[in-house]
Amino acid sequence: MPKIKLAENTVELIKAVCAEFENKESELINVLHGVQQKLGYLPAEVQEVIARELNMSVAKVYGVVTFYSFFTMIPQGEFPISICMGTACYVRGAEQVLNEFKRQLKVEVGESTEDGKFSINCLRCVGACGLAPVVTVGEKVYGRVSPSEVKKIIAEYREGCADDAKTA
Amino acid sequence: MTDYKMHLLLCGGTGCKASESDEIKKELNRVLENHKLQDEVQVVSTGCFGFCEKGPIIKVLPDNTFYVQVTPHDAVEIVEEHVVKGRPVQHLLYTDPKTAKHIPDSKGMDFYKKQIRIALKNCGFINPENIDEYIARDGYQALGKCLTEMTQDEVIKEVKDSGLRGRGGGGFPTGLKWEITKNVENEQKYVVCNADEGDPGAFMDRSILEGDPHAVLEAMAICGYCIGADTGLIYIRAEYPLAIQRLKVAIKQAEDYGLIGDDIMGTGFNFRIELRYGAGAFVCGEETALIHSMEGLRGEPTFKPPFPSVSGYMGKPTNVNNVETFANIPVIINKGAAWFSSIGSEKSKGTKVFALAGKINNVGLIEVPMGTTLREVIYDIGGGIKNGKKFKAVQTGGPSGGCLTKEHLDIPIDYDNLIAAGSMMGSGGMIVMDEDDCMVSIAKFYLDFTLEESCGKCTPCRVGNKRLYEILDKITRGKGEVEDIEKLKELSGVIKDTALCGLGQTSPNPVLSTINNFEKEYLAHVLDEKCPAGQCKSLVRYDILEDACTGCTLCFRNCPVGAISGERRQPHYIDHNLCIKCGVCFEKCKFNAITIS
Repeated sequence: MPKIKLAENTVELIKAVCAEFENKESELINVLHGVQQKLGYLPAEVQEVIARELNMSVAKVYGVVTFYSFFTMIPQGEFPISICMGTACYVRGAEQVLNEFKRQLKVEVGESTEDGKFSINCLRCVGACGLAPVVTVGEKVYGRVSPSEVKKIIAEYREGCADDAKTA
Repeated sequence: MTDYKMHLLLCGGTGCKASESDEIKKELNRVLENHKLQDEVQVVSTGCFGFCEKGPIIKVLPDNTFYVQVTPHDAVEIVEEHVVKGRPVQHLLYTDPKTAKHIPDSKGMDFYKKQIRIALKNCGFINPENIDEYIARDGYQALGKCLTEMTQDEVIKEVKDSGLRGRGGGGFPTGLKWEITKNVENEQKYVVCNADEGDPGAFMDRSILEGDPHAVLEAMAICGYCIGADTGLIYIRAEYPLAIQRLKVAIKQAEDYGLIGDDIMGTGFNFRIELRYGAGAFVCGEETALIHSMEGLRGEPTFKPPFPSVSGYMGKPTNVNNVETFANIPVIINKGAAWFSSIGSEKSKGTKVFALAGKINNVGLIEVPMGTTLREVIYDIGGGIKNGKKFKAVQTGGPSGGCLTKEHLDIPIDYDNLIAAGSMMGSGGMIVMDEDDCMVSIAKFYLDFTLEESCGKCTPCRVGNKRLYEILDKITRGKGEVEDIEKLKELSGVIKDTALCGLGQTSPNPVLSTINNFEKEYLAHVLDEKCPAGQCKSLVRYDILEDACTGCTLCFRNCPVGAISGERRQPHYIDHNLCIKCGVCFEKCKFNAITIS
């Protein structure tokens, strides 16, 4: 077992989530949901603790984490930006909106900006197809977004006037 | 709902919440309190009304006034004019695009005229977080009837006679599925509700769960009674926080009322319901993959047989049905199989909910009788194509379906007709495309989706789809050859024949259907290196029409890379070496002076 470099209270937190689900292997997905909600992401060290607690191999935990798109091993930006790439948004120009975000922030999908403020992700349908194309920043939903509005949306958060969008 | 003189039903679905419906509710309540009307008028957050295009929506009862695109600022006017003085606020009424007249009542709107609401009957009508409102609309009556008046076989016979088929896509007869699971001997069985709605652009199941969660709980209990299960599991996407919250509330309320739990209605029947969360994997909509995911594993499908009805969750017999299928059950029991089967077409009974989206005027959630034609859905209910453009195709069945053309507009929609036309029913996504959509790009878009979602277990899907994608990508970049089209067809055939699960077997459908129906467009990309729809970036070029350009400088000011130059009031020019083809100039120009070629 490699040495784990996590802070003591983080390890305790993970253990507590595992205990909540009685350390059952079959509850792995629920455990991962719980831990990601608290830590924001699931790096390798965290997976090692979970594997030990649930008495299963790290490979299996890693297999599950990488299988599901909801789980991430990379920390999200302070303001996570998600562009809906569902079909309804796609045909209404979501790809151009995505390209504009990538260009403005100079990061690719799944990455965070150097200052840690923004990260870009694609998601598949938030179900607000009437507002297509849709972009979410944290919990806030922007509808009918056009590429020319991208700059404005980013500026809202750069200047820090939209604090409510921060994720917990 | 007895004490109040008036109700303001406000849509609280995800779409309308994104348009500040929570703020509207706060404002309405604040203004009502100012007028001391809070005990006479109730503001109710309901599920989706379906008319998402014009959300947020408010419906006023008892007079049925239907307000569209309400903002928090309108709260004062609604209360002071409508509630206090009884005068509907004219500018918030829906305007019929044909007659340009205001329509006060939703019954008079074309969007609703051809719809029959069975699965959605309570959506937009009741407060989903209040079980009493569900009960007032005959809720849990069907469960009571089954438990006290009907045997298991009688209930199954009723469901079989109704002709209900699985609404998740496959269309397997529901009653037959229940019967098979019932006939497997085992002490422990499970009922599973598949709420892993992964089809991009589809939101039927989410809207039902958000708008009428008790209907699903009631139906699951009925199913549990029929097959002999004491546990129900709802597998729901973690991306649907509102639906999850409403389900939790509903389960708690039903337990408190003794409608779920031990010894339901004193009949000795026990049934509990738990939630299981998905984590974003399209393939988990497939029964066997879904079951593995619920067991905490990677959601990889396994070969059938054994079917879940024999060996499912934890190796026990498991009956898996989709949300919409369940939502039909209580109505079938209450109104009878004969009534239900009188609606629909010969082989497909009842109604189907569709999420109508894309380039259509009335985006929204609709429920129509099986056998309605695509033309009726797109033109009568959907109000035609946005911005007066020409209809090009409609995509049904999501990544497993296909694109249908104007030749298919008059076929009656049912499971068999759609398959015969080269698409499928799927879960009910219906995306309309216009002349500006490139069909090669659309096929590539779906392949991109399949690639990302392929679980990687079998080679045809993992590798074959990757190769399909590469060929399509080559074509959209203008580097394709005529032989590539044949290669696409051949490889698609191999994948269809050899992939392990439904996702893999149907993944080439978007490619095949676009080749069959739009071969000319493929040939234009390959032979002329042109994209007729002007979508494929590598093949298009933006230019400014000298005669039409007024020199307003709007494009110049908005170009993100400074590729546009020109003097004020003089025609502008695009530097093609700098242009990144983002399309902002085209979008901004008010004089149609930008051309795409």
